[in-house]
Amino acid sequence: MSTELVRLKIDEHHVQVPVGTTIVRAAERVGIRVPTLCYHPYLSLPGACRVCIVDVKDIGHHMAACSSEVWEGMEVVTNTPVLRQARRDILELILDNHPRDCQTCERDGHCELQNLAYSLGVRERLFEGERKDIPRDDRSRAVIREPNKCILCGRCVRICSEVQHVHNLSQHGRGFKTIVTPAHGAAMDDSVCIQCGQCIAVCPTASLLERNHTEDVWQALADPELHVVVQTAPAVRAAISEGFGSPPGRATTGRMVAALRMLSFDAVFDTIFGADLTIVEEAHEFLQRLAGGGPLPMLTSCSPGWINYLEKFYPQLIPNASTCRSPMTMTSVLSKTYYAEQRGLDPAKVYMVAIMPCVAKKYEARRPEHCDASGRPYTDAVLTVRELLWMLKASGIDFWTLENVDVSIYPSEEFDAPLGITTGAGTIFGATGGVMEATLRTAAVKLLGDDSAPLEFREVRRVPGLRELDVQLGDRTLHVGVANGMGNAAELLDRAARGEREFHILEMMACPGGCVGGAGQPYPPSAMREHLDYLLQLRAQALYKIDGGTALRRSHENPAIQQLYRDYLGEPGSPRAHELLHTRYVAKMPRGIP
Amino acid sequence: MSLINTDNWPAVEVASHDALTPEIVAFIAECRTRPHPESYLIAVLHRVQEHFGYLGAPQMDAVAQLLRVPTSRVSGVATFYHFFRLQPRGRFMINICMGTACYVKGADRVAARFRDELGIDFGQTTTDGQFSLHDAACLGTCGLAPVVMINEQVYPHVTPDQVPSLLEKLTEVPAK
Repeated sequence: MSTELVRLKIDEHHVQVPVGTTIVRAAERVGIRVPTLCYHPYLSLPGACRVCIVDVKDIGHHMAACSSEVWEGMEVVTNTPVLRQARRDILELILDNHPRDCQTCERDGHCELQNLAYSLGVRERLFEGERKDIPRDDRSRAVIREPNKCILCGRCVRICSEVQHVHNLSQHGRGFKTIVTPAHGAAMDDSVCIQCGQCIAVCPTASLLERNHTEDVWQALADPELHVVVQTAPAVRAAISEGFGSPPGRATTGRMVAALRMLSFDAVFDTIFGADLTIVEEAHEFLQRLAGGGPLPMLTSCSPGWINYLEKFYPQLIPNASTCRSPMTMTSVLSKTYYAEQRGLDPAKVYMVAIMPCVAKKYEARRPEHCDASGRPYTDAVLTVRELLWMLKASGIDFWTLENVDVSIYPSEEFDAPLGITTGAGTIFGATGGVMEATLRTAAVKLLGDDSAPLEFREVRRVPGLRELDVQLGDRTLHVGVANGMGNAAELLDRAARGEREFHILEMMACPGGCVGGAGQPYPPSAMREHLDYLLQLRAQALYKIDGGTALRRSHENPAIQQLYRDYLGEPGSPRAHELLHTRYVAKMPRGIP
Repeated sequence: MSLINTDNWPAVEVASHDALTPEIVAFIAECRTRPHPESYLIAVLHRVQEHFGYLGAPQMDAVAQLLRVPTSRVSGVATFYHFFRLQPRGRFMINICMGTACYVKGADRVAARFRDELGIDFGQTTTDGQFSLHDAACLGTCGLAPVVMINEQVYPHVTPDQVPSLLEKLTEVPAK
């Protein structure tokens, strides 16, 4: 954006903003939030819904504030009786075609349309419009479509193409009958969908939702025969308190563990254990490739949305991907092998629930590669943070009232051993650049020895979409790249393919900001909906703060991991480790066009 | 380390060629050499429909792959425009003008009769593949209202009662 400034007047306030600023953004500078609906900070500006209309002096019609840029001398009025009425009318017309089932809707209380109806003052419904009658599409293992609740704002279509370069969703047909679907109306699982769920994260209503696993978990918890274990991904602890009204950026690891115990899980494990294990295996794999001639660049494999993207859009690069299973699946596998054996449990009676900031994990969990010999998934159920929050609330468990619990019955806030013993390196997996930093921490020690290896690699933190850089380890220079969002990943891969740059290792995360911005996280609080980068930064900072305060900050120093290798796996990359911790990928159809 | 080739592009390319004609494939290749090849999508779809009579999913997939336009955009465009058909058209393409003049002169009753006789709605084709029924915004011959166009032939001043005999005469024409 240019540094040249434009002076304008918004209501009674004079303000100066850079050339190219939109009216919505300029209004924020004087403390005014113009209501928006189809607008999203990551996406192009269609100005489609007209909820953000304002008046501009000498312009004979209302203007869309989200898509209109300011000019010198502009005089904007954001709030008049006519504007308020017009905005209300626009919203009422949308509501007239929207199902009247707020009370039974999964987004009740978190719905942008509902919130807007409240804040714009829709207090009675004067008209009854035509309703859509399109069947719900729940064929997918991860992403469910409910077209009747769609208001055609186009945010899902835009994020799928503009940010993710997947281009799976498109508006089909025209007029009132327009419907957002994959090509040919195919099921999501039969389309180029990568199950990242970002369409769910940006949907203002409940038109796109994750497949719900809560009923499976309730049933497992009620079954006395089952030993129900749970694991929580790193990014979950950085965001779960938002669901109880906390400002973003407050990590509540202990509260989360205690709350899970109150839900009567038999053991609470940490996906960070799996992350540490991933690093040990992945660093070993990487150093082997570095010494043995490839294939390089090695591509990380933790993000299931990225793995789906790889298989559909860049199948030629499958040999480059690390064969490591994700931290979630490693933890699940070990809970049904190593842990079950240690505790004398029948693996068939161990039920694993994974709490993830992610929607694609629901798809990953059902991949045949991650099922045992009998065909049962190692991860039995995957809950998004939103689903867990609902289960806690349904059970009457509130983070803040836990303070009042009698200390003699207050459950432990510590994860259970051994799959709950972790390091700071695994913790930062939840933020973009975290897997890279954790890998470099361990690789540096292997290459340089304990004494001279650097610990922190701050240059790979807070990656705004993508970053490429050289990391100097002794006399060796590593070319590394970090990308979050598949559009950025595609750009790095294409650059590498064109020979513009040679990389040794690339960290790829499907969601903007990495897992802290995962599609399974709580919906952003309404005040931060337009400032997502800031929200993700606060969540990431919470993770780096945990890392900074941890005694052990390199994955291979994790004593539980060291013992696991001694007692069970042998060496990193051993046949046993390969059997349990590694996987394979195959080219998938339909092939995507990035 | 021996690397297996995991690239499925050659297979996708062969399948795409098989779904189209050599002429259409050549046209797409030519479009790809011009600036903004994606802007030729509609032109390509016209040729596909001209040859196949409609836009089938395999053809749309092939156009997407060869023109490098996302498949959802191809099917989005195909479903947006009235002109594009997604099902095979019948031997006889019946276009009923629903323009203002024809409508005032009873085109809706003519249309209802066609629907009843054929048992299909606008945009559909009879199961025997004989008739496709479509509504047109205006055929530009308001003096002949209500007007129906069947393939290239224009039928003026059509009344509902004429519909059965009209259809009967058409089926007597032997197929080519």
